[in-house]
Amino acid sequence: MSRRRRDEVAEGDELPSLQVRVTRADLVRYAGASGDFNPIHWNERAAREVALPDVIGHGMLTMALGGRLVTNWAGDPGAVVDYSVRFTRPVVVPDDAEGAVIEFSGTVARRLDEGTVVVAITARCAGQSVLGQATATVALA
Amino acid sequence: MAFDPSLIGRCYPVAGTYQVGREKIREFAEAIGDDDEIYRDPSAARARGYSDVIAPPTFAIILAFRAQQALLRDPELGLDYCRMVHGTQSLRHHRPIHAGDELATALHVDSVRSMGGNDMLTVRCEITDCAGDPVTTARSMLVVHHSDAEQDR
Repeated sequence: MSRRRRDEVAEGDELPSLQVRVTRADLVRYAGASGDFNPIHWNERAAREVALPDVIGHGMLTMALGGRLVTNWAGDPGAVVDYSVRFTRPVVVPDDAEGAVIEFSGTVARRLDEGTVVVAITARCAGQSVLGQATATVALA
Repeated sequence: MAFDPSLIGRCYPVAGTYQVGREKIREFAEAIGDDDEIYRDPSAARARGYSDVIAPPTFAIILAFRAQQALLRDPELGLDYCRMVHGTQSLRHHRPIHAGDELATALHVDSVRSMGGNDMLTVRCEITDCAGDPVTTARSMLVVHHSDAEQDR
């Protein structure tokens, strides 16, 4: 894989979409890898105590999965120079094998300059948007 | 409990540095389900122009999160970690993080405000390498819900 070239990209291009299933096991693994052991991400009792319907996924895991959409397309994770999101709704992850499915899509929203583009990302779970104003700035070859 | 506006402008440097290791990058890549060899195989990373394996774009949150923990433990703030939710996150990479980096983090409180029963705290982590050069700027907006607002949910 190599970095996507500027002459291969136009405004309006759609990125290949990505669908990711997230289970409780994935949340535990992400907690360990990231160091975020907030119990609302693995303990139902803790989640309900703060009025959440159930355990919720780490916002940063959703952001990281959305990052995969961009780095796969860009061909080089080092091409992502800026990545920003707003966490609009929690991803509720039930204690079963199905977990939650998050669907990511992306579009080349605008060209900042010849070699730099902004990708707008959407993330949906259970029919609702879970990220808002999610954009990645990608430096092209 | 609203945040004290005098927090704005405070800086909380993290003691010591963070050594970025190949196995930590691999572990993080596995946790986000990304099988790109650039996170695992130094020769694959070198073939793509890097000195060693590089980290996924959101890896820097490990350092930002550690810095935030120091702030959250500050008794002056009296924060309830379970009541805190992540509102926004931005990561600006001045260069990719790679294995072998020794990184320092300083957390700056940029703003505090209250709105609609929520307290919001915006913090910025400046991550630098051992030469003092900028690596990543991580901005987070953290929201604390008031318990009375929860009854409206």
